Amino acid sequence: MAFLDFEKPIIEVEKKIKEFKIIGKDKQVDFSSEIIKLEKKCLKLKKEIFSKLSPWQKVQLSRHPDRPYTLDYIKGLMSDFIELHGDRNFADDKAIVGGVAFFGKEPVVVIGHQKGRTLQENKERNFAMPHPEGYGKALKLMQLANKFGRTVIIFIDTPGAYPGIAAEERGQAESIATNLKEMAGFGVPIICVVIGEGGSGGALAVGVGNKVLMLENAIYSVISPEGCASILWRDSSEAKQAAEKLALTASDLLKNGIIDEIITEPLGGAHCDYNYVIEQVRKSLIRNISEFKKFTPEELKEQRYNKFRKIGQVKTGKGKRPINQSKQRKKQYSKRNIK
Amino acid sequence: MAVERPKGKKSVPEGVWTECKKCGQTVYNKELEKNFKICPTCGYYFRLSAQERVNFLLDEGSFKESDIDMKSNDPLSFHDTRKYVERLEDARKKTNLFDAIITGEGTIGKHSVSMGVMDFRFMGGSMGSVVGEKITRAIEKAIEKKTVVIIVSTSGGARMQEGMFSLMQMAKTSAALSRLSNMKLPFISILTDPTTAGVSASFAMLGDVIISEPKALIGFAGPRVIEQTIGQKLPEGFQSAEFLLEHGIVDLIVERKELKSTLIKFLNFFKNKV
Ligand SMILES: [Zn+2]
Repeated sequence: MAFLDFEKPIIEVEKKIKEFKIIGKDKQVDFSSEIIKLEKKCLKLKKEIFSKLSPWQKVQLSRHPDRPYTLDYIKGLMSDFIELHGDRNFADDKAIVGGVAFFGKEPVVVIGHQKGRTLQENKERNFAMPHPEGYGKALKLMQLANKFGRTVIIFIDTPGAYPGIAAEERGQAESIATNLKEMAGFGVPIICVVIGEGGSGGALAVGVGNKVLMLENAIYSVISPEGCASILWRDSSEAKQAAEKLALTASDLLKNGIIDEIITEPLGGAHCDYNYVIEQVRKSLIRNISEFKKFTPEELKEQRYNKFRKIGQVKTGKGKRPINQSKQRKKQYSKRNIK
Repeated sequence: MAVERPKGKKSVPEGVWTECKKCGQTVYNKELEKNFKICPTCGYYFRLSAQERVNFLLDEGSFKESDIDMKSNDPLSFHDTRKYVERLEDARKKTNLFDAIITGEGTIGKHSVSMGVMDFRFMGGSMGSVVGEKITRAIEKAIEKKTVVIIVSTSGGARMQEGMFSLMQMAKTSAALSRLSNMKLPFISILTDPTTAGVSASFAMLGDVIISEPKALIGFAGPRVIEQTIGQKLPEGFQSAEFLLEHGIVDLIVERKELKSTLIKFLNFFKNKV
């Protein structure tokens, strides 16, 4: 099992516990009191470390290779899932998966970014970084849901859109833009759950929901901390600092009105207990979907519009811009007048 | 007319001459302005300030600017190597603007339009809360008054210093355009050098008509990021307006001198629909 640097002290105690158990069994000695003591210590350590995770540690956790991915949630939450591959245009982009399924008794359309576990899988799935056809596939699925009045559930987990030649040639800016516009107009409930990395435009392209939920240790950011650091600090190793500043954690985003709800993860992070986190997601989805049961398509559009309409912080007044009259315009752009 | 810059004459006041970035020729500013800020020697398009663009495109004296004093609230109290508020103040001093866009109402060939023009000099034309809000209001104004929306874009993308507030402006502006579209009101998007990332991946690519200036750099990911990712140099002209036209991503390329007359033709076409 992979572990992160800050998990090390926990892993070490866990290792000791295992050793005691093995030796105890082999030599028929009762180490139970030692084991209980160590388990207490382990729990205390976990609580200590995980109660005050830094934003950068959350970035690491959100990318943890053992974290549950979209298909794990689909498997755990839904039945009769049938994957649909077509974008009906260019190709099957495996960075995004989706299809029809039942969530309890409710027929739903489910979509999500899909990371791979192995190098081979990641090659196929392009580390969950979609090309335009991935957004196109997601759009086709949402249109299906819209046509037949089905709720859409979306799992967000991507480092971002793929910065490559083919993606540009096929107009990925336009693909993302189109999804944003179309999602605004759908008359069915759309519930998004950020389960890992919410990487910029690649995440937002499937992120215009009536509700945006987020796992406790997931992140959602305008740019990766590494990218931000390399631009603003001119040094990508300042990523830790950038993570502090970008307000990308679930708690910061809830405070800023960007997301609607935080879903609790088990102690140690989602990868420590799949069943637990899947149950938390299930409860939250049931509650949020039922909230929209009585909404008409128009009301759903309205609610979604208003939710995004109000995001942004501006102020007015004080210190008016000095020159703005047409007579003075000419002066304005000759360099002399610019200090 | 290009002129050799007199050597050693430091007394020549700044703002009289401009050196062409492409061919190195020195051009009289007055000459340059008459020529729509296009280098008379090599045809290089100098970037326009928002105000210059407004002056080139709108009927004289018709432009009424909105939300003149709207500015960023620095929602994250952001600072990197410098404070965001200091960067904002520097940009304000440099451009005489409070943020990277001017919006307002005016006429083009006597057609009423709701207009937005971005300014690259203001923090690389990046979109934060102010740009997103002003664009959204310009679209809402058009819906209210049943006019056409025209936005001239130039931007490096979302403004990192406002974090997710910036990313969400992409959703906000696109949603507003969805409403405009439902009202069957036209949106003409004009892309100028450069238009990338968060701006190209939202309102800029959602025009009923998408026009680009020649040779403008247009894309989602910046060329440097792509080169780093794929580990090789990009071919010449990749992500140029001409490249996008060839790939069917923009509708047409229009010379700067022809832009206003072209817009009038479109506005004539859309007339009575609005
Ligand atoms: Zn030149």
